[in-house]
Amino acid sequence: AGGRSGRSLTPWPGQQEKLIQQELTSLKATVSAPTTTLRLMKECMVRLIYCEMLGYESSFGYIHAIKLAQQGNLLEKRVGYLAVSLFLHENHELLLLLVNTVVKDLQSTNLVEVCMALTVVSQIFPREMIPAVLPLIEDKLQHSKEIIRRKAVQALYKFYLIAPNQVQHIHDKFRKALCDRDAGVMAASLHIYLQMIKENSSGYKDLTGSFVTILKQVVGGKLPIDFNYHSVPAPWLQIQLLRILGLLGKDDPRTSELMYDVLDESLRRAEINHNITYAILFECVQTIYTIYPKSELLEKAAKCIGKFVLSPKINLKYLGLKALTYVIQQDPNLALQHQMTIIECLDHPDPIIKRETLELLYRITNGQNVIVIVQKMLDYLKESKEEYAIINLVGKIAELWFIQTMNAVFSVGGDVVHPDIPNNFLRLLAEGFDDRKEDDQLRMYAVQSYLALLEEEDALYPQKFLQVMSWVLGEYSSLVTDVDPEVILTKLHSLLKKTVITSETKMWIMAAVTKIASHASCSKIVDKLIQEFSNSLDTCMRQYAFELKHLCEDKALMRNLLPFDGSCNDMVVDASLSFLDGFVAEGLGRGAAPYKPHHQRQEEKLSQEKALNFEPYGLSFVSSVSSSGVTGRQSPTGLSFGSDTSGNSAETGHKETNTLKLEGVRRLWGKEGYLPKKENKVGKENEPQTVSCGSLLAGQMGDPPALRSDQVASLSEEDKEKQQLASTLFIGLGSNAGVSLMGKADTATQKFKRKSKINETQSSEEASDFQDSAASDFGPLLDTVPINMEDCEGNIRTRLRKASLCSSDIVEDNLAFETPQSLKKSGPDDRLPDIRLSQSSLFADSNIEIFQPSRNAQSESASKTPLVPCLSEELEELTHSEVVELCQSDALALYLCKVWTDDSLLLIVFVSNKTTSALNAVNLVFEEAEHFQSTTYQFPVIEAQNVERCQKRVWMDKICTQGILSGSVNYQSEMETRLEFSITLSLVDFIRPMEMTTEDFGKLWLSLSNDVKQNIKMSSSQDSLSATLSTLQQKLKLHIVDIIGNEGILACQLLPSVPCLLHCRTHSGMLALWFRSPCSALPDGLLYQCQKVMEES
Amino acid sequence: MQFMLLFSRQGKLRLQKWYVPLSDKEKKKITRELVQTVLARKPKMCSFLEWRDLKIVYKRYASLYFCCAIEDQDNELITLEIIHRYVELLDKYFGSVCELDIIFNFEKAYFILDEFLLGGEVQETSKKNVLKAIEQADLLQEVSKFSFSGQSISMVGCDLKKAPVSLSL
Repeated sequence: AGGRSGRSLTPWPGQQEKLIQQELTSLKATVSAPTTTLRLMKECMVRLIYCEMLGYESSFGYIHAIKLAQQGNLLEKRVGYLAVSLFLHENHELLLLLVNTVVKDLQSTNLVEVCMALTVVSQIFPREMIPAVLPLIEDKLQHSKEIIRRKAVQALYKFYLIAPNQVQHIHDKFRKALCDRDAGVMAASLHIYLQMIKENSSGYKDLTGSFVTILKQVVGGKLPIDFNYHSVPAPWLQIQLLRILGLLGKDDPRTSELMYDVLDESLRRAEINHNITYAILFECVQTIYTIYPKSELLEKAAKCIGKFVLSPKINLKYLGLKALTYVIQQDPNLALQHQMTIIECLDHPDPIIKRETLELLYRITNGQNVIVIVQKMLDYLKESKEEYAIINLVGKIAELWFIQTMNAVFSVGGDVVHPDIPNNFLRLLAEGFDDRKEDDQLRMYAVQSYLALLEEEDALYPQKFLQVMSWVLGEYSSLVTDVDPEVILTKLHSLLKKTVITSETKMWIMAAVTKIASHASCSKIVDKLIQEFSNSLDTCMRQYAFELKHLCEDKALMRNLLPFDGSCNDMVVDASLSFLDGFVAEGLGRGAAPYKPHHQRQEEKLSQEKALNFEPYGLSFVSSVSSSGVTGRQSPTGLSFGSDTSGNSAETGHKETNTLKLEGVRRLWGKEGYLPKKENKVGKENEPQTVSCGSLLAGQMGDPPALRSDQVASLSEEDKEKQQLASTLFIGLGSNAGVSLMGKADTATQKFKRKSKINETQSSEEASDFQDSAASDFGPLLDTVPINMEDCEGNIRTRLRKASLCSSDIVEDNLAFETPQSLKKSGPDDRLPDIRLSQSSLFADSNIEIFQPSRNAQSESASKTPLVPCLSEELEELTHSEVVELCQSDALALYLCKVWTDDSLLLIVFVSNKTTSALNAVNLVFEEAEHFQSTTYQFPVIEAQNVERCQKRVWMDKICTQGILSGSVNYQSEMETRLEFSITLSLVDFIRPMEMTTEDFGKLWLSLSNDVKQNIKMSSSQDSLSATLSTLQQKLKLHIVDIIGNEGILACQLLPSVPCLLHCRTHSGMLALWFRSPCSALPDGLLYQCQKVMEES
Repeated sequence: MQFMLLFSRQGKLRLQKWYVPLSDKEKKKITRELVQTVLARKPKMCSFLEWRDLKIVYKRYASLYFCCAIEDQDNELITLEIIHRYVELLDKYFGSVCELDIIFNFEKAYFILDEFLLGGEVQETSKKNVLKAIEQADLLQEVSKFSFSGQSISMVGCDLKKAPVSLSL
């Protein structure tokens, strides 16, 4: 058969490639040649397997592998079967051709042939052909040879995995196998049992006794010595049994009772210091923590985990961490015992250990340590390269940080929280991100965290928070399968009965109850609730109760009305109210006057009585039903989604809670967290917290020095840091956590104290001044008040930074709030961090650039006197305003040019030196005003007769028709000189055309809710619609989408990207303007601008 | 167990056994990524890896890496012992096994593996029984032709000396 050169390796990859290709070509010829003997074919198959392993396509040989298994003698058949099992997967069509061979071999009298057939069946077999071999395999269960019985059981296991229904009828045969006299056959049957018990543990409780007996015998060394592995009796069997017992004993005290003894014995017996005993111990510990707990065993298991965690062997340490992760929820104190080890593992060189440690920390995250833990996760994320790990971790961070932070925000912010915040939060939860699984995880996490919060009987939560909770519970509680809906309903019910709950919150809760009731079959609580509130004095509650009652009577309707996770589905509203057509026709038939739209009535009115100006009395035409009730405006859809829950319309109230009012709500939260440029409470909260941080430090500084024990001093710096980290990580964990951690926290602050003294010797006096008040306010460091949590975080953050510098592991510090130290240290000019804190600005700015004009520009400008600045070439091409003078003194002149770029407004300020000597230290300051934060530009020197310029990007955040930016410029001459200026920014500066098609316009139009209508008189010069529109296009930078007849549509956007659509219609000298936008203030603003333009032209 | 891979220090695949149905493309992708990941790990590091949603247990014996993928709830340590028992089986069958034995007799290595692990589950843990089953089948074979020629050894190159797969733990 020749050598096996095809299988030998060559040191040069190129040559290998060539060799293999040659080999494949010759193999292809050989296998298809009719003269090829089976023996040669066998050789070919072996080579093909090898080629395929090297990654070469060899599918041409598959059919021959099947032929070989079919026709060959034993040796050839063996290779044929091997090739089939390696080449084909279980859905491969060629596999059907194997069935006959398998059937034939199963019936063979040759044991080896039967074994081969069973082996291949246990690996791959077409699901639909199972009935063809099942009876044969069942027969083999009675075979005299244990190897045949064992393989038969294994084949059945395979069948169970791929088609459980096909083997349903032979469950009693599994039992027989379990009782087989050969331990190998019995062990094989455990695979099936493990699988079946995983799916339905309650069905096999009666077998617990048998499993316990088997395990006892195995542990007691009753099995033949053959089963020993490194003198440990049948470890694989033991582990299999332990897993089964864990599943059976879960949440079942009576079944668990049966296994306590044998588990105890397993722990005791596993003493040899060998990997295999650790494997058993690990499984044992897991079982002990899974089943109904017994304190004695738990104690032993905990000790065992300790052995793992403290082991110098890295594999065992990893498993120790894994075990800790597993048990942490039941036994948080165990993590406390090992906190120092855990801290060490956080900086372990092996990323896997780090990751497992983070997993552990993830499980112990609470409101008090979330920030530190998330920070650690982010650090890991920065180092990590593996995509899957990153996705996983990011999900966790989002979960932890997001829900926990929001919980904190709601609890602290309470009812003063801006209504946008809960709305945004819920919208984010409802809309989710890209990944369905991740979304559900986040939602589940939210549900679980709320259930835990509601668990506390006496806790009082702000109304807003309760509303958020009830919405989430209503929408997503069915995701959490292990909680009975009845339990949640009970909680909501008890909330409803509390007197402190406002009626608005009650509405939310009732909506949640309704939603939960639609998923659950029938509920006593719901019935009770209906009864109780049907007689409520609160009409709204009564209405809700009645609705619920009727819905409960018609489950199908209820499910239809309240689909699961339907909060994001667009609700189709029949705006034309076509279902009323019949009613209208009937009314018309009876002689009623046809309906005229409001503006038509207004127009008619106006055209009828042209002589008199009725404008101020426009109000009287507004029908009293219209909720907006302002002259010339109405809600064209006729539907009000306002937050009016006072009960005048239960119908609308219901819809509101079902579909959140989310349009027009600004998006404040992104996946990466808070988008920090909008005004809201969260931003404002940062300020007091950072300040309190400072005062706390000051307070600590005044502590009597006696507290600094020698023991603390003797600890190495590094250890102290670790302890400090530990205290922050494990804060709020376990029953005695508070006590045991207090001491550690103390040492932490002391250490910090010493450092801060070095940093701030001058400020210590001042600091000690308010130490008293600070100490009384923020005394206990470990208090649960979230403000103090921030304090701890402040401490840790400085420490972290130091630590990371020490380890030359520089973490980029893009933190939102700086520690007070760094703020104090920074000079008065270094004000930039302040920008982050003042969130109440009207405009957002960035990209502050100061640059020197190019040499050319300089010489050009120098040649002109007086200095008239001009734009650089690239800016010159963009639409821009004239260069206007802002202010002027003897020495300096300031010019401004507005450049309307596509994505922002660029303010170019030119500072021109009119003198013949250089000006030093010129500062340009945009003053802090209601609408704007201060920014400073510094020009160290401006040469004589020269122009410097700076540019500033501005966006409008809060819509107003006009905003004023004021500022000043000062410079050093003989005396300090200061010049003031102000810049007026109009809404129009931030409007850009928005190009779209008529279809897109239509779609967008329908999706927008905020609208404003107004009729404007057209002057005689603007008699045609197109002329008027082109005026608007020029003056306001609107984009004309389409003009049809006397109607035109225009679109524009407010930077960065808030669209606004305009529909115009001319009618007897009037121009009817109709604006729509997702932002409520924008149409108003634009209307004003339009009016202005029309008046001017 | 989901799959087992044997590969050399140079990243060459020596044996692959898949217990879950995957397309060839996926298999290749997994193999490539996994080999890279494992080879990048330092010797003192943990034998376990969390990789995608799988747990990887690997161990190096001389120039060969043995690598198994298990599910989350499976026991890592016992998987490590599965690898070890497999090496013991190979060692006993070939007599101080080396990478070359596996290259030139990989079908034998597959036969032994199939006798030890079936469908991803441990079938027979007794060394004696596994080898008995293999020998029974081998006996049917004529006089072995599996002696490789001097020429093919020289083609193998210098990186593959007949160094035994060390069994020291």
